Amino acid sequence: MKLQTGTRLGLYAVLELARDPDRTLSATDLADRFGVSGHHLAKVLRILANAGLVRGGRGASGGYRFTGNRRRTTLMDIVALFEPTPGHRAKEPGEDTDIGSALQRVLMEIDEIAEATLRSISLETMLKSKGPSLRPG
Amino acid sequence: MVAIRPAQASDLPAISALDRRLTGSDKPQYWQDMLAPDRHFLVAESTNGVLAGFIAGEIRAWEFGQPPAGWVFAIQIEPELRLQGVGTQLFEALVTRFRENGVTRVRTLVDRKDHLILSFFRAQGMVAGPSLQLDKDLS
Repeated sequence: MKLQTGTRLGLYAVLELARDPDRTLSATDLADRFGVSGHHLAKVLRILANAGLVRGGRGASGGYRFTGNRRRTTLMDIVALFEPTPGHRAKEPGEDTDIGSALQRVLMEIDEIAEATLRSISLETMLKSKGPSLRPG
Repeated sequence: MVAIRPAQASDLPAISALDRRLTGSDKPQYWQDMLAPDRHFLVAESTNGVLAGFIAGEIRAWEFGQPPAGWVFAIQIEPELRLQGVGTQLFEALVTRFRENGVTRVRTLVDRKDHLILSFFRAQGMVAGPSLQLDKDLS
């Protein structure tokens, strides 16, 4: 599954901040951690802040912290802030043909499985998973 | 606080009633069959003797070509008693039984639109398995 850069950054930022909700990290800290541009991450953090998932200070050195609910927020909640809702995207050329609609059914099947997977994993589940990289740093 | 113990015939009316209330389907014979010796059928009972939930499973060997694994067929928790760890206690008790019987893998099938139960199993550490379920409408 290919996620847009903004979506991946959104997931990275929320998971990093949700590891320790009492901790504050600047957009620059987060950008350095993931090796991305601070400017791009600042836009992502604004979207997350509008959704109530993080609260942040002003400017590149202002700190952000997690303000959502780790148990209630799923990966899909974050993906949905950046990606078109499955089944609600613009129609592609050729979709009305028999081959196009058959291919569309296969792609929808894949989308449904991906959505179910993302919707079933809460931040809490993700952060307590056994992967060493997700243990609080 | 609940106690986990094997289900008995006397639990069946409460099990059937809870399942019927939550799923809308009445299947007393199915639950009766779960009392068979090769099944693992456990109930969670609250301190006042009320059914808090149940879990049912079985060890299946070479099902669909897969090595022996413990299958979870069903789990239901009284809605008012959810988010108190009852489901986790039942799941862990079933998994312990599976381990005692020599299997090292637990498996289940979940409706992909049932986000509640999918999230529950994910929280227990379950991930997508090696098989894909395929269906065909025969009507």
